[in-house]
Amino acid sequence: MSESEHPVDLNRYLRRCALVFVAILCATGLMIFTSYLPHTGWPAKVAMILAVAAVNAFVVAGFLMHLLAEKKTIYLILGFTVFFFAGLMALTLWAMAGFPPGTATH
Amino acid sequence: MEIPYTIETRPDTGVYNAKLGIWLFLASELMLFGALFSAYILLRVGAAPGLWPHGWLDVRLGAFNTILLALSAITTLLAWAACKVREWGKFKFFHGCTLLLALTFLGVKSYEYHDKLVHYEIQLQDGTFADGHLVEQNATQVVLHGRYVSDERDLYDLRAQKDIQLRELTIDRASIKKMENYAPKHNTFTAIYFTLTGLHALHILGGMCVIFYLWAFGERLWRRDPEHFTNRVEVSGLFWHFVDLVWIFLFPVLYLT
Repeated sequence: MSESEHPVDLNRYLRRCALVFVAILCATGLMIFTSYLPHTGWPAKVAMILAVAAVNAFVVAGFLMHLLAEKKTIYLILGFTVFFFAGLMALTLWAMAGFPPGTATH
Repeated sequence: MEIPYTIETRPDTGVYNAKLGIWLFLASELMLFGALFSAYILLRVGAAPGLWPHGWLDVRLGAFNTILLALSAITTLLAWAACKVREWGKFKFFHGCTLLLALTFLGVKSYEYHDKLVHYEIQLQDGTFADGHLVEQNATQVVLHGRYVSDERDLYDLRAQKDIQLRELTIDRASIKKMENYAPKHNTFTAIYFTLTGLHALHILGGMCVIFYLWAFGERLWRRDPEHFTNRVEVSGLFWHFVDLVWIFLFPVLYLT
């Protein structure tokens, strides 16, 4: 049974939503703070900010979209999606090394 | 003809049809935004050193919009939960809040777009640049609220520059070589910024239309078949959460990095 099929307690949802909102606020604050960190290289900043964004996304997908307790079919669809999305990003990274000889790159 | 599996779960998939449909749709949406993020990465990494903008967007407005969307995602979930416990009044309240929050989000986004469209970079005949917001213009003069710089690179990394002094600049049209606002054609950053946020704003608008329809015209279905209505609210909510998820990545990528 997926979470959306369980009986709902509105007060329990209110408490959960409050916690999720605080988590999103903290994650947003942390991303902004990280972006202003002095003496930190750009790649390190980007990695840290995207890591926090990923945690933020996990909270939204897991708790608000009920993905932590979903049916196998949905996980299967998402599994395929993740596979193709990862492939897309891998192709992007691969393309960066694939400029024709003589191309001016920065 | 009765549409099957709008309420009861389909035995082979384990979910009702609309839920399966929305997840397949969201999977295709993820690939659409993925392709645009991929384009962003290539443009960002391929930019010449010092020629990728930093600090062009107002972090405070971006953070405010993040909070608005997070709140709207929560009110969407609560609207669905209210349907589950058969509280029509609470559903109306929570989804009304969702609509107001979404409308405010679009208002802030419009303000940001306007701010970019009235922001001009003017290349002068002597090789210097004037940059700022348009105050007024006529056939002979252009007035900006901004500053002069000798090197165009000084206009890119605003975060690294402290205490930028802005003043009113009156420029003769005869001394202007090129004048361009911060529209999508200005450079690759503005192009990808308007594309990504514009597509996201269209999704917000589409989601608002569906939520408004359920909010304003859903009562008949609610009275006839509340479980069917609740499932529609859940499906629209999943779409709304996806829109929030996209913004969770758009905000740091465009405003912070």
